[in-house]
Amino acid sequence: MKKKEIRVCIMRVGGTNCDAETKRAFDDLGVKAEIVHLNEMVKKGNLLDYSALVFPGGFSYGDYVRAGAIWAKGTLTNLRYDLRRFVEEGRPVLGICNGFQVLVEAGLLPGFEGISEYPEAALATNVPIGYHCNWVYVKHESSGQCLFTKEIQKGKVLRMPVAHAEGRFLFPKEKENDYLKRLYDNDQLVFRYCDENSEYANGAYPINPNGAFHDIAGICDPTGTIFGLMPHPERAYYGWQLPDWTKGGRMPKYCDGKSVFESMVEYLRKKS
Amino acid sequence: MSLYAKRNVPFELFEVNLLDADDKQLLQISGEMGIGLNLNEMKAVQRYFSRKKRNPTDVELQTIGQTWSEHCYHKTFKGNIATPKSEIRSLFKTYIAKVTNELNPPWCISVFEDNAGLIDFEKGYAVAAKVETHNHPSAIEPFGGAATGTGGVIRDILGVWADPIACTDVLGFGPLDYDYEKLPSGTKHPRYVFRGVVAGIGHYGNNMGIPTVNGAIYFDESYVGNVVVYCGCIGILPMNRFVKNTRPGDVAVLVGGKTGRDGIHGVTFASAELTRKSEEVSRPAVQIANPIEEEKLKRAITRTRDEGLGSAITDLGGGGISCATGEMANRSNCGVYVELEKVPLKYPGMAPWEIYISESQERMLLSVPEKNLQKVLEIFEGEEVEATSIGRFTDNGILRVDYLGQRVAELDLHFMFEPPRVRRNAKWKEPDYEEPYFPEPENLTYDVFKLVASLNIASKESVVRAYDHEVKGNTVLKPLHGRYGGPNDAAVIKPLSDSWKGIVISCGMNPNYGKIDPYWMAASCIDEAVRNNTSVGGRRVALLDNFTWGNPEKSDRLGSLVRSCQACYDFAKGFRTPFISGKDSFYNESPLGPVTPTLLITAIGVIPDVKKAVSMDVKQPGDIIYIVGQTYPELGGSQYYQLRGFIGKTVPKVRVDKARKLMDSIIKAIDSRYVKSCHDLSEGGLAVAAAEMSFSGGYGMALRLENVPRTEKMSRNDFLLFSESNSRFLVEVPEKRREDFETLMKGNVYAEIGRVKKDSYLSVYGLNDEKVVDASLAELRNCWRSALGG
Repeated sequence: MKKKEIRVCIMRVGGTNCDAETKRAFDDLGVKAEIVHLNEMVKKGNLLDYSALVFPGGFSYGDYVRAGAIWAKGTLTNLRYDLRRFVEEGRPVLGICNGFQVLVEAGLLPGFEGISEYPEAALATNVPIGYHCNWVYVKHESSGQCLFTKEIQKGKVLRMPVAHAEGRFLFPKEKENDYLKRLYDNDQLVFRYCDENSEYANGAYPINPNGAFHDIAGICDPTGTIFGLMPHPERAYYGWQLPDWTKGGRMPKYCDGKSVFESMVEYLRKKS
Repeated sequence: MSLYAKRNVPFELFEVNLLDADDKQLLQISGEMGIGLNLNEMKAVQRYFSRKKRNPTDVELQTIGQTWSEHCYHKTFKGNIATPKSEIRSLFKTYIAKVTNELNPPWCISVFEDNAGLIDFEKGYAVAAKVETHNHPSAIEPFGGAATGTGGVIRDILGVWADPIACTDVLGFGPLDYDYEKLPSGTKHPRYVFRGVVAGIGHYGNNMGIPTVNGAIYFDESYVGNVVVYCGCIGILPMNRFVKNTRPGDVAVLVGGKTGRDGIHGVTFASAELTRKSEEVSRPAVQIANPIEEEKLKRAITRTRDEGLGSAITDLGGGGISCATGEMANRSNCGVYVELEKVPLKYPGMAPWEIYISESQERMLLSVPEKNLQKVLEIFEGEEVEATSIGRFTDNGILRVDYLGQRVAELDLHFMFEPPRVRRNAKWKEPDYEEPYFPEPENLTYDVFKLVASLNIASKESVVRAYDHEVKGNTVLKPLHGRYGGPNDAAVIKPLSDSWKGIVISCGMNPNYGKIDPYWMAASCIDEAVRNNTSVGGRRVALLDNFTWGNPEKSDRLGSLVRSCQACYDFAKGFRTPFISGKDSFYNESPLGPVTPTLLITAIGVIPDVKKAVSMDVKQPGDIIYIVGQTYPELGGSQYYQLRGFIGKTVPKVRVDKARKLMDSIIKAIDSRYVKSCHDLSEGGLAVAAAEMSFSGGYGMALRLENVPRTEKMSRNDFLLFSESNSRFLVEVPEKRREDFETLMKGNVYAEIGRVKKDSYLSVYGLNDEKVVDASLAELRNCWRSALGG
């Protein structure tokens, strides 16, 4: 696909609030991205006009019930068949923060057997409890399956901010080991919280900012075309967004989050 | 004689027998209806209705009560004040607006007259700024009070068609370890209030996706009964889309949430003292917050703006629909006709007066030309926000309100907006504090530790991290800097994708100084706000003033207010920094006594290139540390005295001409990139500023007090280290820029006092060259970060 043919849909509903900066990242890469309200899309029925779908961060519908739950149900109820086809055709779906919560609630992630009827994981209330906004380090774990991190070396440590109250990735206790093994077997594990020296957090706060199981910050589905993460790559796009860019030397023009969007665009460019 | 007669209509409507009421009964009516008008005002209302030869309805009296409340009309600031020396006609005009009028900078677009002040920014965009007080509601219901304070100030920004892009919050609490036994009934414990307020602010800002980037928290005994909650919001708008021009025939469209009984008499409640009974009596005055509703409202409003469909907008805050319709009509010299039954309600059974004055949240009023109405309604429907035409603007200067076909109010707008002036007495009495004497400690390391761990200085990280300060991805200089969360002096926002120009947001607040002299408190607040802005590279500063005071009907409270206003004029003028907006909160009195008069100055500056912004953490061992500005023996109200249980008398002063010149030089040095880090000296003086720079950057410092420019009388190390003299900075400059920097600083008081060093100790050498401070950075950082829970 030629770059100018790519059309990214950044979906939003009431309470979505990271759509503009997410669009800005695609704008910067010279890719057309449109912010579309779910209701508008339902009215037009045009999901399949887009090459990629992004669920950005925010507090969709106030995050009542559980974070992302209402948006997930709203999307499935109205767009189930289009969404299934969208996914089956290998069109990328990205969920950031609240968007990750939506993908898990909608059964798109981890999606061991395709889209599941019930969520197979959860993004539970942070431990320690409360909203927490801070920069974290994550280690890239994918061996190449995840299309959103194709341009990133395995083992590389990236720096991005988190800002959420419900980001503790969990599997059902009795299936924890089984599911974790499947994540590894399928190369679905993408980002894990670590320190700046690439040592895993092992659950220790604040290196792991929410108590996530196995320090999981982001996973993809078995095909690598659906990806969700708690940190915000769109807030770690430009060098001046870094929390300490004033520290000596020249300010970098970009920072780590850019590679997520670049990988995505690169994949679309190569896709027929 | 019966004062109230129910009209024979199928809903609740009373006629109030005002015409026959004597003075006592007038006050009785004011009290029973909860409208808070004094005798003089009630008499003015009586005269108006005698001319009309009829009695008012409850809707009419309630409307007047709302419009004339201290909260809505600012009677104290607009009234006449007799001081022992002279008579002041309007504090506002005499001191606050006068600064702006005299300076009259071309970049001030709209000041004081609107929901928020507007200043020019870049490429046809303007910056809107507003700071609100929400003290009374937060005392009764901390979470709801603070959340709706944030929601309210964001609507003020929407009320000038601007997109809200950043929030600020400045809070004052009682000591968190306050003895439960000493709490009067009806007063909530500071710890409970603290948690609720912080959660409320986070709930609103985070949910709406507006970063909270600047703030402060101050602890004072007087805040136990009178919590202080200042909520601010900054917005941006394309100036060619700014329209406030309602025409007769335009439709009044109410948008947003439904109307309920939450927030009845919020303004009259805010214009009275808190009592033991406030909790039961005034709980309904606090509204219920729904930030998602406001997020959707924001989307619909900015779209209506971009498509140029509205003719005016205002928010529904104090006084609800009654104030919004009246103000909008009055502003464009129109009249307005409202059909009250059209207002969407949360539940049935509300009386017309309740609907008309309810302050339910997340509502705004638009005036829309008839031809655009359909499009506007569609935009709101698309965002799932209710929009309802509730009436129409007319050309007759009259406010008419019908409910189910019955006229329930008819008032002349010019009467409503010209309440009788209040006349009050002001007399400030200088308190008789003495300068304390105590021997100078030989080693000051322990005091430095104590100071960085004192609540007014300690890190507020546990609070700041509960707010999203990154959303929108435009926060260039964050409230917590780098890996150790260093306390930046100001926040920098880069709001436009295609411009490097930034908005610089800072504040200043020194209630402790006001206990000694409110004049110098105000001077210090202005100096602090401006110098915080300067520290990071901000200039062309505009100011916002927020006053939290006690009962202005008491002459000593008003006396101190007058003194602080005088300083506002003297120093804002001296710094060439116009006021663009403000807000006052009076009657902050509780069973424990009045609030410590608390002035907040918020400074909004600009920086031409955000890439040149300077943070406060030291960068490189070997760099020179300069102190800029003169140190005086000014420890009155200082944190160092407070640590020893004193208040003192020698409150810091401001030498404004020198200060302005010095700050101009620092800006030049920053623009020339000579400055690697810069931090202002405030609470805790030189010692705390140096410690913060050092432990935030991870490098030690060696400083010599002997080199600190000072007055001759200063011979004590502790005074040099802890004096809180204004207009001072610590600046880090690399050796190779020494000459450039010193050339630039010529004519200012400054001196090299030491270097950044590789090891991780803050070492200070006293006047006799002895080591008076030797503190490990890790320990300092630990004390600073853990005091408030980190």
